[in-house]
Amino acid sequence: MSTFAPYQQYGVQDMKQTVSIGGLTALLLAASLAQAADPLDAIRVAAQSDKSFSGFSVARGETLFRTKGTDWSCSSCHTTDPRKPGRHAVTGKTIQPMAPVINPKRLSDPAKVEKWFKRNCMDVFDRECTAREKGDVITWLRSLTR
Amino acid sequence: MNTPETSARISGFGTTVLSLAIISMSSAAGADSAKNPVPTNPVWQEECGGCHIPYPPRFLPAGSWRLLMGSLEDHFGTDASIDTETAASIETFLVQNAKRKKADGKTDSTAGNAPLRITGTRWFVHEHDEISAAKWKSPAIRSAANCGACHREAEKGSFRERDIKVP
Repeated sequence: MSTFAPYQQYGVQDMKQTVSIGGLTALLLAASLAQAADPLDAIRVAAQSDKSFSGFSVARGETLFRTKGTDWSCSSCHTTDPRKPGRHAVTGKTIQPMAPVINPKRLSDPAKVEKWFKRNCMDVFDRECTAREKGDVITWLRSLTR
Repeated sequence: MNTPETSARISGFGTTVLSLAIISMSSAAGADSAKNPVPTNPVWQEECGGCHIPYPPRFLPAGSWRLLMGSLEDHFGTDASIDTETAASIETFLVQNAKRKKADGKTDSTAGNAPLRITGTRWFVHEHDEISAAKWKSPAIRSAANCGACHREAEKGSFRERDIKVP
């Protein structure tokens, strides 16, 4: 990237072209920056829009994780112990543990966290989860130790 | 061990593999042959491989993939929604490498030929006719969607006979 350094020698138009050619690089950079953010930060901001919010709760997170919705609970696939590998209730595919203490990649990418909460809350509860619910579950999963 | 000579050989081999992969991705016959490298795509692998093995594009005709990619919010009863850009890029890969007509290798665009379930296609049923109903239901397999239970290299897109081990 440092090879692009002497921008002074380019006109504005040239620079635009350089930027558009480097689109993929920019995307990759954006992706790696996004991964650096803690998914819980944005969720906390969203939760705070409710004035009664007074912090996330480990106990509420654990309860929600085990609460059965229409057919399933989170535990149906992730098991009641998220430190253990789970298994997809339909396809039988192994699901790696959700607890970051065992699987540090978990809950580290905000886009992934949002994608899976949306899908899985729809599957389990037939609705999207609230910011507070998502924060509770993340807080509980992060509280687990070996 | 890693002399300049072996490095050169390894990198030469890598180039060959890469070229073969590119040829396979653009050729009609390549995708259906077990001898040729299987077309892969990192986005497809990551996104489709979340809940099941990433099913190879050659398992269904293009029309099937278009229907499936257009209905991810209700994907066989589960929500598999993704953003539209990601969905579009996966759909392009699936359609480009979809099952083709044996006769002329062209994309099969026969009207109405868009089965949604791989397991419901005639070739799938035929290929698995020796597997009993009880075996399908066994704890190690559980679902016909669980290709990896028997096809040990399914995750990599390979379904060769020699990699099959029925649990």
